[in-house]
Amino acid sequence: MILAFANLSWPVFADALALGGIYALMAVGIGLVFGVLRLVNFAYGQLMMAGGFALAYGDQWGLPNWLSVLFCFGVVLLLSVLMDHLVFRPLRAHSPAVMLVATFAVAFVLQNVALIAWGSFGKTAGSLGVWQAPWDIHGVFIRKIAIIAIITAAGCLVLLQLLLTRTPVGLHIRAASMDFRTARLLGVRANRVIGGAVVISGLLAGVAAVMLSVEQPQITSTWALPETIYVLMGVVLGGLNRPIPATLGGFSIGFAFGLLGGILPTNQSQYLPSFIFAAVIVVLLVRPNGLFTRGGAAVERV
Amino acid sequence: MSALAVENLSVRYGAVEAVRGLSLEVKPGQIVGLIGPNGAGKSSTLHAVMGSAPVVGGDVRLDGGSIVGRRPEDVARRGIALVPEGRRIFGELTVEENLRLGLAARRKGRNGAGLARAYEAFPVLREFRSRHAGVLSGGQQQQLAIGRALAADPDVLLLDEPSLGLAPRIVDVVFEALMQIRDAGLAVLLVEQRAQRTVALADESHVLANGELRLTLGPKDAGDTDRLVAAYLA
Repeated sequence: MILAFANLSWPVFADALALGGIYALMAVGIGLVFGVLRLVNFAYGQLMMAGGFALAYGDQWGLPNWLSVLFCFGVVLLLSVLMDHLVFRPLRAHSPAVMLVATFAVAFVLQNVALIAWGSFGKTAGSLGVWQAPWDIHGVFIRKIAIIAIITAAGCLVLLQLLLTRTPVGLHIRAASMDFRTARLLGVRANRVIGGAVVISGLLAGVAAVMLSVEQPQITSTWALPETIYVLMGVVLGGLNRPIPATLGGFSIGFAFGLLGGILPTNQSQYLPSFIFAAVIVVLLVRPNGLFTRGGAAVERV
Repeated sequence: MSALAVENLSVRYGAVEAVRGLSLEVKPGQIVGLIGPNGAGKSSTLHAVMGSAPVVGGDVRLDGGSIVGRRPEDVARRGIALVPEGRRIFGELTVEENLRLGLAARRKGRNGAGLARAYEAFPVLREFRSRHAGVLSGGQQQQLAIGRALAADPDVLLLDEPSLGLAPRIVDVVFEALMQIRDAGLAVLLVEQRAQRTVALADESHVLANGELRLTLGPKDAGDTDRLVAAYLA
C-alpha cells in the first residue's frame, strides 16, 4: 500500500477530480428529483445510456461533435420529460415504494430495449476520444478530458447554485424540497416545480453522459449502470435529503474511485468497489443520516 | 357581494366527517371568526377552501365562482392566502426568501406592493430580512407567516390559529395587524382558540362543534361568557 501511494501524481489527481466532478453532477441530478418527489430515480443511469447511444449515432452519421452533444442532450431531456409525464405524475400520490418499483421497471425496460436494439456489444461513440489526448502543463501531462470534466462540473454546479438561489423557480424548488404541502398552499405550482427539477436533472444526465463517453466509448445496454450505483451510494453517504451534502457524497465516491483506481496496482484495484462499499457501510453505521449533514432532519413526503 | 362564500360544505376524511353542512360568508373589509373546541372542523374548513381537504358536499365560491376541486396552488393564485397552523415558515430560508415565496401566488397584472407590504405591516421583518427564518422568535415567525400571505396581494386571507403559543403582548400585535388588514379591504376568515378576543375583534363569529355551526355571535356578545361556554359544551 505504501508503495502504491508513490503512484500518486498530478495526472492521477486530476483524473480523480474529474471523476468526482462527473459523479457530483449525477448526484445533483438524482438529489434534485429526490428533493421534490422523495423518489430515488433508479433509471438515471439508463437516461445517460440513452444519451450515450445518441452520441454513438451522432458519430455514425458523421455529425460534428457539437451537434452530437446537442442531440445527446435532446434525447436525454425528452426521455426525462416522458418519464415525468408517464410515470412520475400518475404515480405521485402513491407510496414511495410504488414509485421506487416503477423506476426500477423503467430502468429494466430501457435497458432491455437497448439490448434488443443494439445487442450486447452496443455501439461506439468515439469522436470525442480526441479529448483523451494530454495537454502539457509545465511538463505535467494531463488528459484534456480531465480538465474539461473538472471545469464543466464546476461550471454546472455554480450555475445550478445560482439558479437555485437567485431565481423564483429555484426558490420554489428549494421550498418544495423542504415542505411541498406548504409550498403549494403558497401558490407554488407542483407540476412546474417537479417538471423543472426533472429537466435540470435530465440536462445534468446529458452532461455526465458526454463526459463518461470519453472514458468509456463503448456504449452498451448496461453503460453508466455501475456509475449510477456508485453515485447512489455517494448520495446516501453524503445525505440524501440535502442537495449540497448529496453532491459532496457523489464527489467523494468518484474522487475515491479515481484516486484509488489510479494508485493501486491492477491486482488490488479489481477489489476496489468491494472495499469502497464496505467503507460506505461502515460510515452509514456511524452516521446514518449521512456524512455531511448536521443532525437528523426527518423526511416528510407530500 | 361576499368575497368568500361557503355553502353547505361537508368535508370527510375516510369515515370521519370533519365538517357537516357548514355555510358562512365573508365580505371585503370584514373579519369573520371561526371558533370552537379542538376537532370542531375549523382547520378542515380552511383546508377545504384551499383545496387541500376532501370536499364531499356543498360549494366554496370566490367572488361568485366555484373553486371546489381546484388544486391548492390554483386556489392560492386566485387570491386566497392561507396563514397555516403552526406558521409553516421555511426555517432554512431567509426571511426575505420566505416573503418571496408569497409572491408565487401573486396574480398577473397586479403589481401590489409585495414585499414592501409585508415590511410595512411588520417592520421587524425588514430588520431581519437576511436572517434564516428558523432563528426568529415565535412571534416574529407568526408575523412572517402573515407577511408572506400579504405579499401575495390576496383578496381573502385565511388564518389558522395565529395566536397559538404566542405571548399576550405579541397576540396584541397580531390582532392589531388583522384590524389593519380588514381596513385595507381584505376579507378575513380567522380560526382561533381565543374565543373571547376573537368575538370582540370579528364582525361576526361562528361557533363550530362536531363539524356543525352551533351559534353566531357579534362583537357585543364578547362579554357574554355564558353563551360562549354553553356553545362550547353543547
